[in-house]
Amino acid sequence: MANNEELLTKEITLSMGPQHPSTHGVLHLLLDMKGEKIVSASPDIGYLHRGTEKIAENLLYHQFVPYTDRLDYMAGMSNNLAYVQAVEKLLSIEITERAKYIRVIAAELSRIAGHLLCIGAWALDLGAMTVLLYAFREREMVLDLFEMLCGARMTHNYMRIGGVRYDINPLFKEKCMEFVELLPQRINDYDQLLTENRIWLKRNKGVGVISAEDAINLGLSGPILRGSGVKWDIRKDEPYLVYDRLDFDIPVGENGDCFDRYAVRMEEMRQAARIIKQALLQLPDGRPCVDMPDVVLPQRRDIETNMEALIHHFKLVSHGFKAVKGEAYSSIESPKGELGFYIVSDGSEKPFRVKIRAPSFVNLQAINPMCKAGYLADVIAVVSSLDPVFGEADK
Amino acid sequence: MTVGPDSILIKSVKDRYNSSVLDTIVLRDEVTHVIKKGSLLQICTFLKDNLALQFNFLSDITAVDYFPQKPRFEVIYHLYSIAKKHRVRLKVKLDDGETIPSVTAIWSAANWAEREAYDMFGIRFEGHPELRRIYMPEDWDGFPLRKDYPLRGYKDRYNPYGEEKL
Repeated sequence: MANNEELLTKEITLSMGPQHPSTHGVLHLLLDMKGEKIVSASPDIGYLHRGTEKIAENLLYHQFVPYTDRLDYMAGMSNNLAYVQAVEKLLSIEITERAKYIRVIAAELSRIAGHLLCIGAWALDLGAMTVLLYAFREREMVLDLFEMLCGARMTHNYMRIGGVRYDINPLFKEKCMEFVELLPQRINDYDQLLTENRIWLKRNKGVGVISAEDAINLGLSGPILRGSGVKWDIRKDEPYLVYDRLDFDIPVGENGDCFDRYAVRMEEMRQAARIIKQALLQLPDGRPCVDMPDVVLPQRRDIETNMEALIHHFKLVSHGFKAVKGEAYSSIESPKGELGFYIVSDGSEKPFRVKIRAPSFVNLQAINPMCKAGYLADVIAVVSSLDPVFGEADK
Repeated sequence: MTVGPDSILIKSVKDRYNSSVLDTIVLRDEVTHVIKKGSLLQICTFLKDNLALQFNFLSDITAVDYFPQKPRFEVIYHLYSIAKKHRVRLKVKLDDGETIPSVTAIWSAANWAEREAYDMFGIRFEGHPELRRIYMPEDWDGFPLRKDYPLRGYKDRYNPYGEEKL
């Protein structure tokens, strides 16, 4: 330096996103940095806010189901399930045994689809492109199964209040069984590519650490909370559908770092395959929907042959059904964490208020404590390990 | 699990804070306490620290607008206990323009949830570290989830389909 000036490190603010390939959507992070170190990271969200809750207040109960597909669009079935389950709780509907098993299969398939994308994109962000291509190969198989189930790959609109839209057919059963037999081997492949990989370990071990106590206090849920060693899974602790009859383990981490969150997700996929296999074997006969003509739409063939069915169909599509005055909160363990729907009813055909407890939204609060004092490159690993989906976080 | 009138969720709160609990509702096995605003922080701290209750997990905070009723808003707290596996719901009634104490000091999860309630309903939480909008732009006019806010928003140069503002 000319005048013997000291070389000073100045604090700068860096905007990361909302258009950035590693922020998984429209996340805008304001990073205060001192050199390469993060002083604080504050997320700025809302770029994908569509007012889903306001829309829900202006629709009939059954008309809102397709909107839930667009929340966590990586795992649409889980959102369908969480919403219809909340409405069923409000209406006190007990669905058929067969529908419960079908719902478990669909929800666990969507967990696999969600986690595959999470791990694939995460590996890509940290420079391991192969895993993404492999993960998409398997995800494609899940989407094909969904297509076989309901005709749609991403926005399923499959669950309906009172059951599911279509019964599953023998071909689906066969293909699904093939898939869950194959998946654990494929996960072993990812394991070989990542788990012992030196670069993967360096970038994830000890990065974005959060203690169990802080994680609970911040309201984190799902694989992120379990990565910190808290064994809380709604499927076990407040069992819904038939999860209490199925045998599966809840993996937990120890250190609460990115690597533990990765390990938890890998094991959860294996467990999901286990659950689907049992559900397919135990699947009872019966109807896919409850017999409640005032709530459930009749089958297509009945509309063509049965006058009453036609009337019910017309009545339901044009007027919907009334729910009792009151409120209900119901939550499920979605791939991202606790996904809850809180519905307030004023006794009319439309919900008075629908509140979505979106796990991605709450989990994003952890970005600052996880990134603080780390390096800029670690922010990428932390965001990937939180696995936010902005359809859900921004509602 | 069915919730009876002897449930710890009801008894423990009523025994201690009888004068602050305005109403207790049990519907679909969910316990709701409607409480006075002044005792919110005390009751929340009690629920979190009591060893038999241990509500260490704040699931959600939200609000409901009952316009044109008075008081207009209900602020709703969904609590869960990871250790005891039970849930409770607290409700506080609030009128337009009133403030409510923030629970961020008890559960840091309340930070964004309260910001969301402020953004959507205009409810001010006293003692919140940075109460500003979270979804809508900083300069947004109005609070979208209020019942008197039109579904399509207000008409301006970006929104030709909105309603005229009176």
